[in-house]
Amino acid sequence: MNSSSRKVAIVPCSGIGKPYGTVSRVAAYLVTENDRPGRSRLVPLALLVMGDEEYGRFVAESRAITIDGCPLACATKMVRQSNGRIVRECSVMETFRRHRELKPQGIAELNEDGEKLAEALAQEIDAVIDTLISQEEGGSHA
Amino acid sequence: MPDLPRKKVGIIACSGEELPEGTITRLAVLRVLHQLRPEDTVTICLPLFMAGGEGDRNFARMFPTIAVDGCEKQCAFHGTEKYSKRPAAGIVVTDLIAQHGLEQPYGCRKPDAAGMRAVELTANLAADTVDELLGKAGR
Repeated sequence: MNSSSRKVAIVPCSGIGKPYGTVSRVAAYLVTENDRPGRSRLVPLALLVMGDEEYGRFVAESRAITIDGCPLACATKMVRQSNGRIVRECSVMETFRRHRELKPQGIAELNEDGEKLAEALAQEIDAVIDTLISQEEGGSHA
Repeated sequence: MPDLPRKKVGIIACSGEELPEGTITRLAVLRVLHQLRPEDTVTICLPLFMAGGEGDRNFARMFPTIAVDGCEKQCAFHGTEKYSKRPAAGIVVTDLIAQHGLEQPYGCRKPDAAGMRAVELTANLAADTVDELLGKAGR
């Protein structure tokens, strides 16, 4: 199986200090559990940090979308370190700038605005996955 | 008398997003930080150890830490040990669930009732461990 026919690795931030970390995780769950479960797979950052063989191999052989909650960009750095091919680096802050009317609050549980921000971010990720799929299908039919 | 920094305990959750137990670690740590021992604890982000969070690495070298892990892989414990210093204590949620005969939790995004019982148990154990590490147990 080549990398283009594999699921896309979705790698969210693991931060628990601010609501943006939670937004990144909720967006990742929305994509991998609800929106594109057959086309995406959630990758836990802690296992990448620890060099887990299974997830490390999956990331190295797949295309990845990273979701960072702060400028330290741990998710992006870890995927690069794991030799992953990042097709999109998402930032909760950038999505927030496009939706300034939403004021996310809460870490253990997001408020309504936080949930909406996560949904907006998930839709951006869905669109990236859809583009990858259409490129794949276009390529296979050419 | 000089104003010395107050001794605190760092708590590191594995946060494993792929398992209900990972979410339990995150919620339990937040409960200790925000409700049970807010004056005595700080959290440390595990990936920051790797991504170059020197402040976090230094904190864990100077102050005691508790690793709260969801499974036997113990990423939080081993990650802290690898990049900073061996934690003073470790809690593994799957072990706690087995020891207390709790039902298997379900739900990565939002834990079910069994998961919330495990959150409470984990948080209370972590808070007790904070007290022990700070010499406050039984006071």
